[in-house]
Order: sequence, then structure tokens, then C-alpha cells
Amino acid sequence: MNDALDVALRLVIVFAVFMVLPLVVGQTEHKVMAHMQGRLGPMYAGGFHGWAQLVADGVKFAQKEDIVPAEADRRIFQLAPAVALLPYLLVLVAIPIGPSEGAVGQIVDAGIFFVLAVMGVGVLGSLMAGWASANKFSLLGGLRTAAQLLAYELPMLLAAASVAMAAGTVSLPGILNAFEWWWLPWQIVGALVFFVAGLAELQRPPFDMPVADSEIIFGAYTEYTGLRFALFLLAEYAGIVVLCGLTTVLFLGGWHGPFGADGLGWVWTLLKAAVLAFVVIWLRVSYPRLREDQLQKLAWTTLIPLALAQIALTGIVKVAIN
Amino acid sequence: MAASLPPSRPRIPGSGLAKGLAVTLRTMTRKTVTAQYPDVQPELPPRSRGVIALFEENCTVCMLCARECPDWCIYIDSHKETVPATTPGGRERSRNVLDRFAIDFSLCMYCGICIEVCPFDALFWSPEFEYAETDILELTHERDKLREWMWTVPEPPALDPGAEEPKEIAAARKTAEKLEAQRAKEAQEAQQAEEAQQAQETQQVQREEEGEE
Repeated sequence: MNDALDVALRLVIVFAVFMVLPLVVGQTEHKVMAHMQGRLGPMYAGGFHGWAQLVADGVKFAQKEDIVPAEADRRIFQLAPAVALLPYLLVLVAIPIGPSEGAVGQIVDAGIFFVLAVMGVGVLGSLMAGWASANKFSLLGGLRTAAQLLAYELPMLLAAASVAMAAGTVSLPGILNAFEWWWLPWQIVGALVFFVAGLAELQRPPFDMPVADSEIIFGAYTEYTGLRFALFLLAEYAGIVVLCGLTTVLFLGGWHGPFGADGLGWVWTLLKAAVLAFVVIWLRVSYPRLREDQLQKLAWTTLIPLALAQIALTGIVKVAIN
Repeated sequence: MAASLPPSRPRIPGSGLAKGLAVTLRTMTRKTVTAQYPDVQPELPPRSRGVIALFEENCTVCMLCARECPDWCIYIDSHKETVPATTPGGRERSRNVLDRFAIDFSLCMYCGICIEVCPFDALFWSPEFEYAETDILELTHERDKLREWMWTVPEPPALDPGAEEPKEIAAARKTAEKLEAQRAKEAQEAQQAEEAQQAQETQQVQREEEGEE
């Protein structure tokens, strides 16, 4: 009975975090992007500086008609947004926020494997959407998505593998328990590769070529309306939360702060993740979209060699220490 | 061709990317330039072109504005009235009376030519710009509405220091000065005449006194 209650409570909390944090990131994006462009952003919804803008957007999306094209593969088309969104919820279950056992949804022994494998499923959502829409723009977008995610999955895995090597474990709390401050300079290249590859996985600008609204009119999501479209957007923001959380846990030392304040570890995790989320938005405002060939070139000629170099470095240092 | 280019400084790879980030970050810390329009009214420059106002008392139905309008968006109807002679045996006069004056602001391109050409100062620019309508027909403003805009016309801005005097004022001033000078001259002459008369009188008095002695 007590176990069931514990599980239920954890699930509810994870779900609440899953619903709230992406909205916070979205609102931050609205405001940060606006100010970086000399604007104000939303100012009306909810009163104070438009804090309820995304809630209002949600209500608006819910009111819209849900359209499925006549030629579309109906079931697949309707399932796609859920397939895109749910993996991030599952990943969130395994990300440790603080050092104690109560601060994780569920401790998974093969944490890195679980997290990266489940995140890879999210790709399927975009592919399903692109294929099932029966629309050449969506199909193009879907194929571009497939090409991009194939290219960027590899550096991401390699960078994560480097950390696993360093810690000698694939469990996320295990990695954090083994963390030392000098891992920061040691794994910095891996961290950059992981973060950039993660951005590309999320199809965030400057890597949003598959959804390019001005070229292939939102790619795989062309035919989506109302709530299903909102779910794809939510998946993007949930993806930012997950990516920033993962980068924090793997490379930035998660709950370890510069001051040895135990018990406040979750604050450090959230703070680091928030800074990373800010960087995600910052990059979006600063850089133009990469072209298809530039995108592939970056992955295969820059990120993968860098990730391999990081693994080599990790191995050398590891052997030298032992 | 590369040899003909000027030698560029060796750059650190990625410095351009960093520069881009710096620009956005700097912009974020600066004050935004957004004007929160419906809450805060914009500060319009003088001579803003918002809407055209009609001062119909000044209109003589000369039709110049309607003729010069490139968009043909001014509609004027009028009739002639005969004014009886003011003096017995005088001639009757005819006079134009304005029946309709309308501007279709859905056609108007706000060139301001009508205002320029009006010889009697019957048309003015008003800075009011909030007259959007849901029906395009409502954008044809009839004379009552154009008259109402007249009350929103600001007084003309002051002349620049050192600017040439307006023609009307210069003419009026010259006339006034001329009149003043003439009056002064007349007054002087009158005074001189008076003095002369007084002198004569005193002389007469002196002579009489001498006679008594």
C-alpha cells in the first residue's frame, strides 16, 4: 500500500514538473527573445508582464478544430504527437534532481542507456507525422528530420559514453556520486558536443532545418492543427528541459554546488538547467538557420571527431590515474 | 584573386560566433524601444498627417481640392444662391453654397495636395489617426465629421528663430508703421502750429503792455 502511494506520488510530481517546466521555459523564451530583439514580448495575458501567455495559447489551441487530411494514414497521424511527447516524460522519470533517493522519479541502473534510448523514440513521432500526412512538404520535413537525427545521435552517444567511461558506471546518480570538480575542464569538449547534438536532436534553431517554416512550411507538422500541433510544440520545450537536465547531470555535476550545502542540491540542478535553457534560447536568437549540407557537415566532420577525441582523452586520463 | 585582397588580420576561429552572442546579450540588457500604443499614446511629430479636417466657413466651393486630388476621393456638391443687391439700383450677386463635402479615406493616399492648393485655408491636417472602421463605407467622412476633426487641429508651430516674417504680418506691420509715421507727422505739425500761435499771442500781449506804458 505504502509502495503504491509512493509510486503514485512520484509519478504525479514528475508529471507536474513535466507540465510546468516546459511552460516556464516557453515563457522565458518569449521574454528573453523579445528583449534580445529590443521588444517587450507578451504583456497582457494574466496581467504582470503577460505571465499567462502560454496558458492562453493552450486554451486557444484547445478551441481549434482538429483536422485530419482525407488522404492521411489516420491512426498514425493521430498518434504521432503522443509518440513525440511521451519519451520526454519517461526520460524525466530517470533524471536525478538531488542526492537523496526521494529526489529521483526512479533510479535506473543503466540510466544513460535508458535515457538516450528513450529519447531516440521521440524521433519516431516526427517521422510518423511526416509520413502519415500524405503531403510532400511533410514528407520532405520528415526525411530531413530522419537524416538530421541519424547524424546527431552518434556524437551525442559518444559524448555520453565518455562520461560513463570517466565515472565507470552508466547509472546517472552513480555518475554524479563519482563527480569531481576537475571533470568540468576534462569533459568540456564532450559537454559541448553533447549540448550541440542535443540541440540538433530537438530541431531547435539554428538546427531547425527540418521544420523550416519559410522553406518547407513547418516540415512534418504542416497538416497538424489545434491541440495536436500544441503537443508537438510542447514536445520541443519538454525536450529543452530534458536536454538541459541531462547536460547538467552528465557534465556539470548536477547537485554538486561550489559550496558544500547538502540538502539544497536540487536547487543547484535546477539553476544549472535554467542557465542552460537560457543558453538554448540565446543561441536561437543569435544564429541563423543552418543549411542542410552545413548541418550534415557539422555533425560528421566536426562533432563526431571531437567526440572521439574526447573519448580518447578520457581513456588516457583514466589509465594515467589508475 | 585572393592576392589582390587586403591582408586580413588573423582571426580566432569562432570569434564571429562569440560576437553574435555578445550583440544579443547586450541588446537584452538595454532598454526596449517598444511603444505600448493603446496604453500610451504616441508622441506625434508636428505636422503629422492623421486625417483631413474641413473649416467649412472658409470654403468657397472653388473645387481646386477636388480637381487636384490624385485619387479623386473628394466629393463636393453645391448650388448657387442669388444675394439681393445691398444698395438700391445695385447689381444682384451670386454665391456658392456648399451642400456636400466628403473625403473617402479608403481611397485617400494622404498626399496633402488638397490642403496645399486650398486658397482659402479651409482644409487642414489633423494628427488624429484612430478612425478605423469595420465597414469600408464608414471611411467616407461627410462634412459634419470633417468639421469635427477641425477641433483637433493643433495651432501652427512657432516659426524658427530668424525665419522670414509671414507675408501677411509683414504687410500689416508696414501699413501700421506708415500710419504711425503719418500720424506722428500730423501731430508734430499741429504742435508747431500751436506753438507759433502762442508765440504770436505773447507778442501781442507784450505790445499791448508796451502801449499802456
